[in-house]
Amino acid sequence: MMGEKLNRTMNVLIVGVGGQGVIMVSKVLAQLCQADGHDVKQSEVHGMAKRGGGVFSHVRFGPKVWSPTIPEGEVDILVALEWAEGLRWLKHLKPDTGTFIADCQKIVPPFACRNRKRGAEPAYAPQTPEEIIEQVHAGYVMDATGMAANLGNARASNTVLLGALSTVLDFPEEAWVEIIAATVPAKSVEVNRAAFAEGRAWAMGGEKRIDVTASGLHKAHSEVHHPQVDTILEITEEWCKGCDICVKMCPERCLRLNDRLKAELALPDLCTGCQLCAWLCPDQAISVTNIPVTEPAE
Amino acid sequence: MTEALRQTAAEPSPAGAARPLTGNEAIARGVWEAGARVAAAYPGTPSTEILENVATYPASDIHAQWSTNEKTGMDVAIGASFAGVRAFTAMKHVGLNVAADALMSFSYIGVNGGLVIAICDDPGIHSSQNEQDSRIYARFAQVPVLEPSDGQEALDFTRQAFDLSEQFDTPVFVRSTTRLSHTRSAVVMGARETPAPRAFAENPRKNVMIPAHARMQHGVVLERERRLKDWLADNPLNRVEPGDTSVGIITSGIPYTYVKEVMPDASVLKLGVTWPLPDRLIRDFCAGVERVIVVEELEPLIEDALKAMGIPAEGKAFFPREGEFSPEVVHDALARAGLLVPRVNAAPFEFAPMVRPPVLCAGCPHAACFMALRALDARVAGDIGCYTLAVVEPLKSIDTCVSMGSSIANAVGMAKAGTETKPIVATIGDSTFLHSGIPPLIDAVYNGADITVFLLDNHITAMTGGQDHPGTGRTLRGDPAPRVDFVDLVKSLGVSWVQKVDSYDTATLQRTLREAMAHKGVSVVISDRPCVLDPVRIKGPAMEVEQDSCIACQACMNLGCPAITWSEGWHEGRHKVKIDPEACIGCSLCAQLCTSHSIRPIH
Ligand SMILES: Cc1ncc(C[n+]2csc(CCOP(=O)(O)OP(=O)(O)O)c2C)c(N)n1
Ligand code: SF4
Ligand code: SF4
Ligand code: SF4
Ligand code: SF4
Repeated sequence: MMGEKLNRTMNVLIVGVGGQGVIMVSKVLAQLCQADGHDVKQSEVHGMAKRGGGVFSHVRFGPKVWSPTIPEGEVDILVALEWAEGLRWLKHLKPDTGTFIADCQKIVPPFACRNRKRGAEPAYAPQTPEEIIEQVHAGYVMDATGMAANLGNARASNTVLLGALSTVLDFPEEAWVEIIAATVPAKSVEVNRAAFAEGRAWAMGGEKRIDVTASGLHKAHSEVHHPQVDTILEITEEWCKGCDICVKMCPERCLRLNDRLKAELALPDLCTGCQLCAWLCPDQAISVTNIPVTEPAE
Repeated sequence: MTEALRQTAAEPSPAGAARPLTGNEAIARGVWEAGARVAAAYPGTPSTEILENVATYPASDIHAQWSTNEKTGMDVAIGASFAGVRAFTAMKHVGLNVAADALMSFSYIGVNGGLVIAICDDPGIHSSQNEQDSRIYARFAQVPVLEPSDGQEALDFTRQAFDLSEQFDTPVFVRSTTRLSHTRSAVVMGARETPAPRAFAENPRKNVMIPAHARMQHGVVLERERRLKDWLADNPLNRVEPGDTSVGIITSGIPYTYVKEVMPDASVLKLGVTWPLPDRLIRDFCAGVERVIVVEELEPLIEDALKAMGIPAEGKAFFPREGEFSPEVVHDALARAGLLVPRVNAAPFEFAPMVRPPVLCAGCPHAACFMALRALDARVAGDIGCYTLAVVEPLKSIDTCVSMGSSIANAVGMAKAGTETKPIVATIGDSTFLHSGIPPLIDAVYNGADITVFLLDNHITAMTGGQDHPGTGRTLRGDPAPRVDFVDLVKSLGVSWVQKVDSYDTATLQRTLREAMAHKGVSVVISDRPCVLDPVRIKGPAMEVEQDSCIACQACMNLGCPAITWSEGWHEGRHKVKIDPEACIGCSLCAQLCTSHSIRPIH
């Protein structure tokens, strides 16, 4: 794309999680394109997005831009401030010419940590950078957050990504730096300048590149073995006075008071055997025993 | 409003300058340029930023205010129009349901100073409870509706809407959609006109809608429609873009840009006004093309009108009647119509993306309120606001949510039905309570309903991005204002049992709610803590999890705080947890839930 005279619409999609600075990245790019004389449209949807949900912003520029959004499969450059968000939008990338630029940072939402079975892993995207980069035309998986943190401000990670983006687009380096300096708070101009330079230098190192810290990071992160157990929960009815502390405090909400106002295990399948109820019961009416299931010999 | 926005209220950008503006910013600029003197609105995505931006223009030019609800905002604008100045109100599509009563009659009355209403629809339901098409209201109320398709038109059409309003003696809609409201493009600005205020026009026949007057005015409105249709046939608001005559596309607003994107050579009739329709222009256009396709989001308003004119138009046979359009949707539909080759998606990535639903912020004062309601196993009639997110795991405690202000009266109905065994609780935010919660609370007291009203006072209208309201003690422009005292207000309505609790005190919250539920009759519990995002971002010292003592019980995870996630550590096969110090605001709610005392402030 470098040096190509623009006679069509260029499409850049910037994605991330609410609060990460997706809008800042797209604003810088849109201003740069406009200053360079292009017709520009920048489109995002606010609302629920800012509350930890996914955020995305379309930036389109060229001689004349019609649609504010980029058609699927037409994205020239996909910039992801978070790994799983990048993966969500990958199918929008142009298959044979698109460039993927991603921070390897993982933001694992509480929603992905809901499986309470023994040994359960978070329901986070399992794809590794190696698998993905192999399938795109050009791609960079960088540790932008780590690089920015080393420079003294992890929040400048989006400027590191702008640095990488600057190597794929045809605007002079000074123009980028000037607009970034005008956009970020005065006290963080220096760190952002350095972040930009570092991201740019890193991406100059070839059309496909994966940061060493990102490599392998996204494999299932534990090979810990968790023996199966049977949980036996016993309630001594005579001792239970129906105070319902256990009912209120059980994290799985599997206990209840029955008609006689005695605690009982209503949803045994949900019980994780955490023993909280046993510890909290003022009358020691509950006992929880976890017995390892003897596994058949190999 | 954010502090940044408030500080820009200095010098408006000069005429002639091209600036990248969102649709909402462009509408606000148009309001100012048209010389409007009064603007009033209640926030609602995607319309909110219009009034916030109007308020960045000098107070000496225009009075801008948050009103308590959309009908109030509409009535304030109507009052200003009566008084002879140009007036403006903005709202989201469902806000128009609230304001419709005033609108329907004011359409009969007509304007003194021009009155423009910006309506922002939300096709695709990005942040709403439905996706109604407001153009139907335009036809219903017989007021013209202008549909800009980019930022420049948003500004230009808004200015013209004021002229149209005065020329035809009618309120005028400017209809936006989420996509236009939140898309930024270059807009060339104009200068502000300052029309001289007109005197109040004493004319009871026109201004006082008693039956005898209304019967006369209805005829006037129908005649207005006929004159408008005629005038619009030659007005550049509607324009023909000649092209390939094998197909003629009739479209408007944002869908016009999708048509240009995917079918640049077609003949296009771009309607800037979608009610009333310029019959003459439409007939001429259709006569010159072999096939007529209507491309409109949501309802087949134009298509039906064409069919009624006897024109064999096609549209919803190929296009969806629900959801937001996109270049892809328009391409696929035109392919179904046999006009384009179907798209092929060659992208190799076919994995299911991870689910990342929106969540309450770290430290949100609503979280513990809904944990308590879940623990107490109440039947919860919910309402609209950030707290509606408590409908899903892990807080999962809201049973119903209809429209703004519905919760309390829904609870009354549930109680009166006599079928419910659980205690009945209505949850309602402070802004929503002031919007439409007060009459239902009076209803509950008057009719002796046995319910608990849980008023979630986070001192702001949070869902829409942090707007002030009469309970915050500040106006739209940030000036100090009298502050509603919720305890006094509720007592004055006849509620005898009312208690305020700290939203960050889980034990007291639960105890108070339990007592309130035990009270026979109406009880009100007011939770009290500011939203952590607005008006100021709250950030206290972060908490951390002592890894050795954490027993991975997951109790803290049940808050759904996004700062808490699984760590690399395990206990008996379950993940231990950790806290992201950047995200944690130190509210201590998780620490209150941790029985092993593993969560403490970082030292
Ligand atoms: C009739 C109508 N007007 C406006 C809106 C947009 N809206 C949704 S929630 C909300 C206000 C929420 O404020 P509050 O009740 O204080 O709850 P919070 O978000 O602060 O928790 C608004 C204005 C709407 N959905 N319906
Ligand atoms: S052990 Fe007790 S507290 Fe823990 S999940 Fe089972 S019933 Fe609930
Ligand atoms: S914006 Fe405020 S009210 Fe809304 S989720 Fe965040 S903290 Fe809670
Ligand atoms: S103290 Fe706990 S609940 Fe509060 S913000 Fe921090 S991690 Fe979340
Ligand atoms: S509540 Fe305490 S013990 Fe339980 S998972 Fe959370 S930090 Fe660990």
